[in-house]
Formats: sequence, structure tokens, C-alpha cells
Amino acid sequence: MTPLTFRTALLAGLSFGIASAAAPDAQIRRGAYLTRIMGCADCHMPLKMGPKGPEPDLARGLSGHPEALVMPAAPEPKGPWLWSGAATNTAFAGPWGVSYAANLTPDDETGLGRWTEAQFLQIVHTGRHLGKGRTILPPMPIQNLQATREEDLKAIFAYLRSQPAVRNHVPTATEPAASH
Amino acid sequence: MRPLSLLLAAVLGSLPGVAGAPYGGVRAPRLLSQTGLYAAPGRLDPRNRAYSPQYPLWSDGAAKARWVRLPDGAAIEAGDEDAWTFPVGTKFWKEFQFHGRKVETRLLWHARPGVWIFASYAWNAAGTDATLVPEEGLPDAAEIAPGLRHTIPGVADCRTCHENGRTEVLGFTALQLSTDRDPGAIHGEPPRPGLLTLEDLVKEGRLRHARADLLARPPRIRAGDPETRALLGYFAANCGACHRMDHPLDGLDLDFRPTGRTPGEPGLASTVNRPSQYTLPGEAPGTTLRIRPGDPDHSAVYSRMASRRPLSQMPPLGSALADREALDRLRAWIARAPAR
Repeated sequence: MTPLTFRTALLAGLSFGIASAAAPDAQIRRGAYLTRIMGCADCHMPLKMGPKGPEPDLARGLSGHPEALVMPAAPEPKGPWLWSGAATNTAFAGPWGVSYAANLTPDDETGLGRWTEAQFLQIVHTGRHLGKGRTILPPMPIQNLQATREEDLKAIFAYLRSQPAVRNHVPTATEPAASH
Repeated sequence: MRPLSLLLAAVLGSLPGVAGAPYGGVRAPRLLSQTGLYAAPGRLDPRNRAYSPQYPLWSDGAAKARWVRLPDGAAIEAGDEDAWTFPVGTKFWKEFQFHGRKVETRLLWHARPGVWIFASYAWNAAGTDATLVPEEGLPDAAEIAPGLRHTIPGVADCRTCHENGRTEVLGFTALQLSTDRDPGAIHGEPPRPGLLTLEDLVKEGRLRHARADLLARPPRIRAGDPETRALLGYFAANCGACHRMDHPLDGLDLDFRPTGRTPGEPGLASTVNRPSQYTLPGEAPGTTLRIRPGDPDHSAVYSRMASRRPLSQMPPLGSALADREALDRLRAWIARAPAR
């Protein structure tokens, strides 16, 4: 899908793009709607600087923090300015360390291409990385997804799976330097 | 049953309580005393058999007791030695004590076909009964060390480990109950009269379709020396529920399932000199090894087992205190291993 198609879809209030559709169209449309109103793109689609300021980089879809953007060491989290974020709004530093928005496109190696619907539900229900590991980090509002009805979660997953795959290896989260 | 009888039965405690959300149409009883563990207050039901896995899970140093109840006349489908299938009605209990005080007892109950109930009960201060904790668990249940508190895990965390493989039951397996018990197992409990063994299960006809030579050739981790055997057993019990190639984590080829059949168990093949996705502090991305022979301080497995920082601790749940004995033995084992 071209960036223009992404943009058209976004402006139409539908989604960021639909590439393939093993799931029913109605479920994917529902997922696209939910993904949009829940603000998933706020962090998972990088911002780029445009003529009027930061704007979503539609060509990247929901591919998360760009792997080419290697972040320097984060400012020390000291209150009252306790956390900070990258200009792309895809990397965040705070008392928890540094977290990066994940690649939510269905790329097999770097995204959720190999996830099953059950695994996606497990990630949401447990609030844990891959459904088993560390807790999902701020600022991901996992509690909002946990309050979402299961059929809506399935719709969101169906939509995410329907997007074009974007190969983008997001860095792993890092611990606060002071914790070692 | 008429409404009055129902009320009386509920008051007398002969019916399960109604606390907790139903799962598969089944609710866990509200009180531990309603689960069938005890025949009378403080007296275990003799049909519940005590057992002790040879490689116990580390739980912040808790003293544990475990019991299983198989339905009368029922047998375990044991054709797949790595994934026994338990009859409906099977119940497991595990009691946790810290500093001599009962803190929690967990129930794992095969309530209906395909429905396993996970429930945790917090003991009252008098030690007379325990109450079902909320589905999200109960933090600060007991002090385990100065400044450290034990958390009773929520149901989601229970399912995270127990529903990862082909069986929901983790500590009651052919290997864990093997008559070829590992005398060097970390935190292993020596066999004692009254503990259910693999031999008991065979002789009582409780295993269906088990291989004929199960007792003549009991399950055993194949390792070149006793300490490697003990460590692989520790990994199997503490890491193998999630790190297993028959149900791999996305992109991670780490495998701590012991096969008992493969020379050079997967626990070695997938760790020693294998690259880690985790980067140790001070190392360049992509250069950290899971186990670097001769160098425990630059081995991700050792580092993450020693960590109790949220982003790096392993296991990521169920423990607030690193296992000092296991770490010391792993450290010595890695240090002795010849660098390649």
C-alpha cells in the first residue's frame, strides 16, 4: 500500500491501510475503527516533521520506533519533569528505563506476523511482554485494552494483521542506568 | 434441592462459595476448607496424596507441601511422557509457608473437560482457614526478607506458566516423580515414606498407556556430570514452562525442556555459546551470550537469574528474591566450564 493510500484511509476515518483480509471485512473495519479511536497510532506510528509541525509518518504505518533512529542516553528522570519522549513519540524514558513503541504490523521477523489471536489476547490479559515476560511498560495504556471486550480485541488484532507488513526492528527496552 | 436446604447447606459450608469470577462455568470455592483438601479442620483428607517433585520451583524460599487427588478409579493418560493428561476431577494443592507460617495454598482443579480452575487462598492469621484471593492476586501477603514481601499471584500469572505447554500440570510429571531421583537437585527434598512416587502410580494402576519399562528405565536428565544434571533439572522446573521449543516464545529459540533421551540436552545446546537477545550492560548489542563458558558475569542467563529488576529478572514473575543457592552453583558451573 502506498503512503497515499494510507493517508486516504486515515482521512476517511477507517484505518491506516488494509492489505489482506483473512478475517471478515466487518471485523477488520471494526478493528480499524477501534484502533483509531484508541489512539494506537499516537505512539506506534512515528511522527515526522512537516511544514506545519510534527505529523504522522504514514508510510511507516504502525511499525513503531524506527530502528535507524538510535537514541542517545536519556535524561536522568528527576522530578517534577519525570519522563521524556523522542520527537517521533516512539521512545520514552522515565523511572522505568527506556521503552519503545512496538512494531504492530504483521512482519514475521520484526512485527506481530507470527502471533496468533490467542497470543495477542494473552498479552493483553496478562499485561506482559509476549504474554509471559516482563510487564508491559509505560506509556502503553494496557489497562485500556484489558477493559476492552474480547470481541473488540479480536477485531483489533484482525485489523493489525490486515495491514501491510513493515520490516522494522524495534530496540528492546532498557533498564535505568542507575539500577545496575 | 429446595431453597431452604440450599441455604442451610451453604451456611454449613458443604457448598462452594461464590467468590471469584466463574471460569468455564465453574467458580472456585470461597474457602480452602471447601476444596476437599481437609477431611476435618486441620486434618488432611487421606485420599489426598503428598508428593514432592525432585526439581522444585523456587518461590522465594517458601517451604512447600503438595498434594494430589485423583478421582476414585481414574487413571492418568500417560502415553505421552512429556504431557500427561489428567482425568476430570483431579485436584492439586500447594501450600506455601514463610518463617513457619502458612501464607497461601493454591488449587489447580480439572473441573470439567477442558476447564482447569486456578485459585489461590490466603491463610488467616490464626491458621484456621484460607480465603480465595481476588483474581488479580494479593500483594504484600507476607514478609519473606527484610523489605521484601511475597505476592500471591493472580490467575493470569498462574495461567501464564501453566497453560504454556501441552499440559496444565507442571510439577507432577514422569521426570519429577521419577524413582531415579537426583540427589544433587537444588532445593530437592529427599524421598521419604508417604510421598507418592512413579512406582506407586504404576503399581496402583494410575497410569494408562505408560511405556512398559517406565520403572526399569525411569526418566532421568542425560548429562555428563552430576552438577550439570542438577542445573538442567533446575532450569527445567524454573524456566522450562515458558522456554520450550514445542511452544516457543516469538523469535526466541531457548529450550529448557529436558528430554531424558537426547544426549546434550536442549538446555545446554540452546544456551552455551549461543547469542542472547538481551544485552548485558557495557556490552555491544548482539555480543552477549546466554552462557559464556568460564565467565558467569558475562552470561545473560546468570545475570538475569540474579536480577530482580522488573525489566530483566528471570523468571519474570512468581519471585521477589533471587535464589542464592542456585546462583552460586550456576556461577561455579559456568566458571568451571572451559571457554571455547
